[in-house]
Amino acid sequence: VVVGHRPVSETDAYVAQKFCDNRIVSSKYTLWNFLPKNLFEQFRRIANFYFLIIFLVQVIVDTPTSPVTSGLPLFFVITVTAIKQGYEDWLRHRADNEVNKSNVFIVENAKQVQKESEKIKVGDIVEVKADETFPCDLIFLASSSIDGTCYVTTASLDGESNFKTHYAVRDTTVLCTDEAIDALTATIECEQPQPDLYKFVGRIIIYGSNQEPVARSLGPENLLLKGATLKNTKKIYGVAVYTGMETKMALNYQGKSQKRSAVEKSINAFLIVYLCILLSKATVCTTLKYVWQSNPFNDEPWYNEKTKKERDTFKVLRMFTDFLSFMVLFNFIIPVSMYVTVEMQKFLGSFFISWDKEMYDEEIKEGALVNTSDLNEELGQVEYVFTDKTGTLTENSMEFIECCIDGHKYKDCISEVDGFSQTDGPLKYYGKAEKSREELFLRALCLCHTVQIKEADQVDGLIGHPERKDTYISSSPDEIALVKGAEKWGLSEGHRPLYQLLHVLNFDPVRRRMSVIVRTTTGKLLLFCKGADSSIFPRVQQEEIQQTKVHVDRNAMDGYRTLCVAFKELTQKEYDKIDRQLNEAKMALQDREEKMAKVFEDAEADMHLIGATAVEDRLQEQSAETIEALHAAGMKVWVLTGDKMETAKSTCYACRLFQTSTELLELTAKMVGESERKEDRLHELLMEYHKKLIQDVPKNRGGLKRSWTLSQEYGLIIDGSTLSLILNPSQDSSPSNYKNIFLQICLKCTAVLCCRMAPLQKAQIVRMVKNTKGSPITLSIGDGANDVSMILEAHVGIGKEGRQASRNSDYAVPKFKHLRKLLLAHGHLYYVRIAHLVQYFFYKNLCFILPQFLYQFFCGFSQQPLYDAAYLTMYNICFTSLPILAYSLLEQHINIDTLTSDPQLYMKVSDNAMLQWRPFLYWTFLGAFEGLVFFFGVYFLFQNSSLEDNGKVFGNWTFGTIVFTVLVFTVTLKLALDTRFWTWMNHFVIWGSLAFYVFFSFFWGGVIWPFLKQQRMYFVFAHMLTSVSTWLAIVLLIFISLFPEILLIVLKNIREKNHQVRNKMMHYTVFLGRPLLSTR
Amino acid sequence: MAVNYSVKEEADGHPSGGVGVPGGGAVKTRKPDNTAFKQQRLPAWQPILTAGTVLPAFFIIGLIFIPIGIGIFVTSNNIREYEIDYTGTEPSSPCNKCLNVSWDSTTPCTCTINFTLEHSFESNVFMYYGLSNFYQNHRRYVKSRDDSQLNGDNSSLLNPSKECEPYRINEDKPIAPCGAIANSMFNDTLELYRIDNDTRIPITLIKKGIAWWTDKNVKFRNPTGDGNNLTALFQGTTKPVNWPKPVYMLDSEPDNNGFINEDFIVWMRTAALPTFRKLYRLIERKNNLQPTLQAGKYSLDIAYNYPVHSFDGRKRMILSTISWMGGKNPFLGIAYITVGSICFFLGVVLLIIHHKYGNRNTSADIPN
Repeated sequence: VVVGHRPVSETDAYVAQKFCDNRIVSSKYTLWNFLPKNLFEQFRRIANFYFLIIFLVQVIVDTPTSPVTSGLPLFFVITVTAIKQGYEDWLRHRADNEVNKSNVFIVENAKQVQKESEKIKVGDIVEVKADETFPCDLIFLASSSIDGTCYVTTASLDGESNFKTHYAVRDTTVLCTDEAIDALTATIECEQPQPDLYKFVGRIIIYGSNQEPVARSLGPENLLLKGATLKNTKKIYGVAVYTGMETKMALNYQGKSQKRSAVEKSINAFLIVYLCILLSKATVCTTLKYVWQSNPFNDEPWYNEKTKKERDTFKVLRMFTDFLSFMVLFNFIIPVSMYVTVEMQKFLGSFFISWDKEMYDEEIKEGALVNTSDLNEELGQVEYVFTDKTGTLTENSMEFIECCIDGHKYKDCISEVDGFSQTDGPLKYYGKAEKSREELFLRALCLCHTVQIKEADQVDGLIGHPERKDTYISSSPDEIALVKGAEKWGLSEGHRPLYQLLHVLNFDPVRRRMSVIVRTTTGKLLLFCKGADSSIFPRVQQEEIQQTKVHVDRNAMDGYRTLCVAFKELTQKEYDKIDRQLNEAKMALQDREEKMAKVFEDAEADMHLIGATAVEDRLQEQSAETIEALHAAGMKVWVLTGDKMETAKSTCYACRLFQTSTELLELTAKMVGESERKEDRLHELLMEYHKKLIQDVPKNRGGLKRSWTLSQEYGLIIDGSTLSLILNPSQDSSPSNYKNIFLQICLKCTAVLCCRMAPLQKAQIVRMVKNTKGSPITLSIGDGANDVSMILEAHVGIGKEGRQASRNSDYAVPKFKHLRKLLLAHGHLYYVRIAHLVQYFFYKNLCFILPQFLYQFFCGFSQQPLYDAAYLTMYNICFTSLPILAYSLLEQHINIDTLTSDPQLYMKVSDNAMLQWRPFLYWTFLGAFEGLVFFFGVYFLFQNSSLEDNGKVFGNWTFGTIVFTVLVFTVTLKLALDTRFWTWMNHFVIWGSLAFYVFFSFFWGGVIWPFLKQQRMYFVFAHMLTSVSTWLAIVLLIFISLFPEILLIVLKNIREKNHQVRNKMMHYTVFLGRPLLSTR
Repeated sequence: MAVNYSVKEEADGHPSGGVGVPGGGAVKTRKPDNTAFKQQRLPAWQPILTAGTVLPAFFIIGLIFIPIGIGIFVTSNNIREYEIDYTGTEPSSPCNKCLNVSWDSTTPCTCTINFTLEHSFESNVFMYYGLSNFYQNHRRYVKSRDDSQLNGDNSSLLNPSKECEPYRINEDKPIAPCGAIANSMFNDTLELYRIDNDTRIPITLIKKGIAWWTDKNVKFRNPTGDGNNLTALFQGTTKPVNWPKPVYMLDSEPDNNGFINEDFIVWMRTAALPTFRKLYRLIERKNNLQPTLQAGKYSLDIAYNYPVHSFDGRKRMILSTISWMGGKNPFLGIAYITVGSICFFLGVVLLIIHHKYGNRNTSADIPN
């Protein structure tokens, strides 16, 4: 990349590369390719394709029903989907245009030129003013502030709303006017575009007027990302490096994989069954047709001769077309409208989640958010909940509690007085350390951080300080707490200028520590390091550890987050070495991370421990209750955290993940021990636990699923290192075996706590559980970047509103406690609704088509349709579609409040209970029974077809209309029987549909339609209703059809009452102190 | 069937209404509206089917259905029906000679069947012909008609629909009425005589009023044109292959001729099942003193034109009275009685079960 498009000296071999323009295209279609492309996409769906085939068969082959009957619904479905997708794409177009057409200033020939954003080319120098977003990925050259820094918020990229500091390239910071920047001649080498937001390596080579070119390294801190917003800085200059679709934002935009719900899988399984039914029906009919036709006067009696064409076709071809015709005749058994209805239900239904005011949080002014509506019902199926601890279970707003310096404890509050009076300051001393050590400690606290002070005139600061009107901005709330704590004790940011900050060795989760190197006024070089105890202790003098460790452990037991502080004095020589190495590493284009890590590693060694801090992270309100409810609902809650074990454990006790009665099994580094023996030891432990949990438990689980609540509860604690030992055992020991045993142990435990987890390990655990037998539904909830991987891995990912995780999640809720309602009420209801919807659809189409199948036996297998074409077409889209849609949106078979307060109800729908084969068979038999009743009821009625009181006779269309009338009423009333929650909408839609059917039938039969070839239905419906017998028959048949259903309800009711009685008695006799599981 | 009729209160009034709708709309909050619909708290009727409510319903339904069933059954039983099979497959049958009658035979084959009515037919009698094993509902057959031709459309008259194949054009002339249904119209002539002391008293058979009113007056229309001369209106068409006479010679009366001939209309309403009956003639009751058909001897004269033997079919003549519920059909009555009884019986059984277990918790109205 050549900055400002000024060619450098010829000697530099520069291969011109083609860069894309800065146009962002997130839309899928253009005006021209919308129709073909959208149609192609839609017909790639197997169902749509199937219906297209049926339609084509109808067009080509002489089939019983006109192409309209299946073409119209298909057209309807395709159109609706196309409109929806078109609208979404139009929105995308609009958003794109907004971005692409926005004006930016480009410095050209020392002048500012206004250009549309899409015209930015790589190498352009772009000027961005405060509160503007960056139009493309820029290398930060210069800013209005002298030190070459700027503040950026990346809220729209990763959801982190705190300010991040970016640094300009050191040699160009002075070029802060248009003219100056124009004079710059430089080239930039950088890596190919890659989606990782936090990684960037590159090099800028600056050609001074007459000196040697200077090469500078570029890192992520030099890169300003498209989509981020400039804050607090007047203006900056940057050179475009990645534009358009190559920007990190665009690269991050794609690639969220589709998650398919279990319900969808069930639907597909049922579809296959129905496809088999369809095929076998068509086969049976075709076979019987030819058997029947083997008799010549059946095949072609004198009154019904074949056309010449029919006679001429080959028999095989005729058989084939007959088969296709039967397929077409029965194809309604696979409902085209089901997909539309399911999708509409999901889309509309998801609004109820975001509308729920109980899931609205007043503090952050956010409600729940639905990012995908495909997984609503999955919320009712969750078996495993993986939750992050920090920020999810806890508030993630830290409070400095206490510290210890050289083993002496300092506490902030005045609660537990034991004889000591208040000495100087607000501190309470429990013993005293040397003054110098104290000072060193506090100095370390207020130096070793990345907190920025921010003037209070900005509104969006994170934490306001009341006295000084200052705001601290930092990426980590711990640091703010620490700095504030230090400030309280008299030291503040103000001290920092006394020291010259030389290097910041940034925090990263692998090292789990950060350091700063400073030069004091006296010229001493100091390195302060702050980090987790596990990463500090090995790097300090061993004799210092003991005292501090006691404190750290105790604090951890209390649920505080602990950090250790250490320091080391550097000689000038050492410093020079580090300095050189650091610069070298920073310049490196390849493997910069590793090299940096290596340098850090070397620098942070042989330090002296000063002390430790304890910061409290308060539990979120009601997280304990929520966890209890989830437990009671049969879900297993796993806490995956990066915290240390003791901290995590106490949090788990606090939020009642572990009860006092829970027997804890530990698989931690402590238990396993060090060195070579650890694998053997691990093996022993695993075997022991396995034996305890699986072999010793008597097999009395007779039919009761998840009966563990009744027996001893086990909790498992495992840490990251042990986990990696189990999952990735070294080659020599028996591999994969551990994994199975471990998994079996895990699955038997009520609660599992995994601490010291790396982000990837979290995802690993989720994947492991997800892939176990029976593939349980998993849910991950978390708030931070480190939870993203597990959120993406789980079936349902839930992010915390407004955080980075929520962008990648399927749902976002403001607080952990909202999970309770989301799962117990919404999830349960959605599942029941959609399961019922699916079953009902298959059922209603089975009893729709079965009479048509049976009719073939009485019409010489001639594919004569029983119903009129209009009825065939409209059955699914008009007469019976709205009631089930309304049901599937509004049904509350159990009150929402009851669902929320009684978690055990959740277990009733666990394991996809309503879409198993048993309920499916039940519905299928019901449909078959009703189909038989419809057909044979009318068949017997038509033994004497003169049903009017004037002796006139009815024909075949009346026959079909009676069957159809009974069908529509039965199917709708069956739904009415199932509806437990009758809002006015249900009333309106159910009775409205029936009324519409009657009205339509009158209308359809009341006019001679000029566009119809045959006026089959002319006055058929009206005539039908003049016959008393028909009325009686219709009433009777509807009643017979619904009778089993009513009977079943009554029987269930009686049985339930018995259970209740029995339960009550049990409850009195064996009161266990814990709510009894319902024995069903 | 419902016990509980509980209407939920609208979600706790609107205390936060002011918050939900920010003043002036300056700040668009994402706070959800507190409406009953959005909070899924619409007032709703929540029926609960319990044994206590359904069981009485069973009794009531049983008590309603059984009398209805009995009523229908008795009515159906009171209907007089007499049926003669005149196919003539048995050698003894008088019509045996006509069994192999064919279409092109010019001389009609006639036969006479004598029969005796044991009981008198009191009210109006309806005369049907019945066919068996005749697939009027075969798809090829059902669609083989042109309704716009039958509706009097002149262009369709001369250019019938392709659906009529192979009965569309004969000798280069369009067939009117076209199609297989029309072509195979039933053309036996049945005449009924009462034999009173060896004298044959003809019984008046009314041939009008046997088709649906809407069919006769709207759906079926003769072609329109100058004058009422049907012969001229059907100019340029030819008769169906199997018909002896063209369509404008079906009847002497002009309002029962051509497409609006009622026998023709009745035939054109295709039957639902391969065994069917169609209304042929009406016998009206003359006065209140005499039954329409008194018990005694009768004879049926048949002009046997319609061959059914080739496809193993049967032909019947049916005399039947009609009640408010139509012709004789025991099915409805029996079905009603059965269902009513089952309902009642199950009601009793379930009540016993319910009481046996329900007694223990008389006050156990456990909230759902």
